[in-house]
Amino acid sequence: MFAPFMVDAWIAGTLVALVGGAVGFFVVLRGSAFLAHAIPNGSFAGAAAASLLGINVLFGLGVASLGAAVSVGLLGRRGRRDVATALTLVFLLGLGALFLSWGNAYAPAVYGLLFGEILGVSVSQLWPTALLCAVSLLAVALLYRPLLLAAVLGESGAARRGRAGSDLLFGLLVALATTLTVPVVGTTLIFSLLIGPAAGARAFTDRPLRALMLSVILALATVWIAIAAAYASGWPVGFYVGLISAGWYLVGRVWAAATAAR
Amino acid sequence: MLSVGAIIAPGFFASPAVALAAAVGAVVAVVAGAVGVFTVIRGQAFAAEGLADAGSAGGASAYLAGLPTLGGFALAGVVAAAAMELIGARRARSRELATGIVLGAGFGLSALFLYLGTTQRGTGAATVTILFGSIFALRSGDLPAVLGLGALAGTGLLVLYRPLLLASASPELAAARGLRVGRLGLAYLLALVIAVALAALSVGTILSTALMVGPAATALKLSARPGRAIALAGAIGVAAVWLGLVLAYDSYAWPPLHHGWPASFFIVALILGAYLAASAWAARGERA
Repeated sequence: MFAPFMVDAWIAGTLVALVGGAVGFFVVLRGSAFLAHAIPNGSFAGAAAASLLGINVLFGLGVASLGAAVSVGLLGRRGRRDVATALTLVFLLGLGALFLSWGNAYAPAVYGLLFGEILGVSVSQLWPTALLCAVSLLAVALLYRPLLLAAVLGESGAARRGRAGSDLLFGLLVALATTLTVPVVGTTLIFSLLIGPAAGARAFTDRPLRALMLSVILALATVWIAIAAAYASGWPVGFYVGLISAGWYLVGRVWAAATAAR
Repeated sequence: MLSVGAIIAPGFFASPAVALAAAVGAVVAVVAGAVGVFTVIRGQAFAAEGLADAGSAGGASAYLAGLPTLGGFALAGVVAAAAMELIGARRARSRELATGIVLGAGFGLSALFLYLGTTQRGTGAATVTILFGSIFALRSGDLPAVLGLGALAGTGLLVLYRPLLLASASPELAAARGLRVGRLGLAYLLALVIAVALAALSVGTILSTALMVGPAATALKLSARPGRAIALAGAIGVAAVWLGLVLAYDSYAWPPLHHGWPASFFIVALILGAYLAASAWAARGERA
């Protein structure tokens, strides 16, 4: 399980979990699950375009996810936010389908992009991933207070003026996390990692910093268990990440119900 | 007639695959438009997305077992809708979270079933077919199921039209009048499951949200009256699907590969274009 080719997977998985857990805390706090779903999935178009043009996938992912964040921000200014998010997402997916049809992509490669191939991480991907991870964590640290404030004040009063700005900022943060994590866990499962551990963590503590830490710990546990289970069973990592993440939420709900009953 | 000949390639109307796609696409667009107006009013675009993704787990497992994918999709969708309603509370934020959790679990299962389908059946086509769909790959045997499910969702909406509209626009008022808002919400989710399953069949799981949300949101930009919006949404949806089919058929002659662009891309692009045009029009009306 700790053979040389697996070491890269463990390191990459750990980096992804650190960022997923930390950014996920804000996703859950803000109730921005749809945005956290749309940006990674939309970035699929960028990856498909990158493979078509033969350029670095990270670049394509970055451009598409930034584009998605900005588009949701702009479209959402007038009209309903969830509609803006949905339309941005489906248009990017449609573009992705178009690029796929042009590229005659090998179907397993499509599958890898959507559901991740953590066991195929190579050393060349490790350095950019580590760099982006450091940038994301730094961004979380810098934006911690403003994002927390915006989330807690929500739609009310003075916050509304600053809300559009904080929305865009948050979208960019998710875009950054997306670029980092998609090559490792795929466009679909980064979403599970973003919300499951954070939703579970929130049930155990009301204190923001503690919930953030717990969210990161649960995300790390999710990824580690998923890698080990995938290695042992030969089934896809994404399957385990999806189910364990949902599991944290259930554990949190049970815990909350049990403590409320007392 | 010259212009028509230039837009519609020769043989378009003669192809049985095109005729079937146009028929199924129209039924799907009408149902999606009607359900979609409620989806937009209720602010549940994310639920539409979540049900599509959870449903695809059912579709993939049915494919794996050699059963009809539409049935598997609908069944998994019903389970997902019940789960969302069960764990989702009244507040919008926790509802979004509940949708997300169900969606995430659905994706996990999809990953497994598609993986098993790919490895056991030896073809990688499952991933692309189930997720991106192909309206030209419909079988004529699908038509009765599509019509039946469409009629079911339509009848349900017609019966519940008034109470559901009130519960969607103002849950508090509806509750004060003694309506069971929770049950109405569940009934609506079931109609949504059917509409999403149908849309997934034609444009694929991950693009079904386009048909569900796009035409309805466009129509609501143009008319605030729900009845009119439903009719408009259906018309916009049908127009987008048919025009998309025409363009996809035309694109066989287009670069870069001369094997046709996906119909779903055209449909989605047309829907987004309609929405942008309608919001620009609505914005201009506000200023005037």
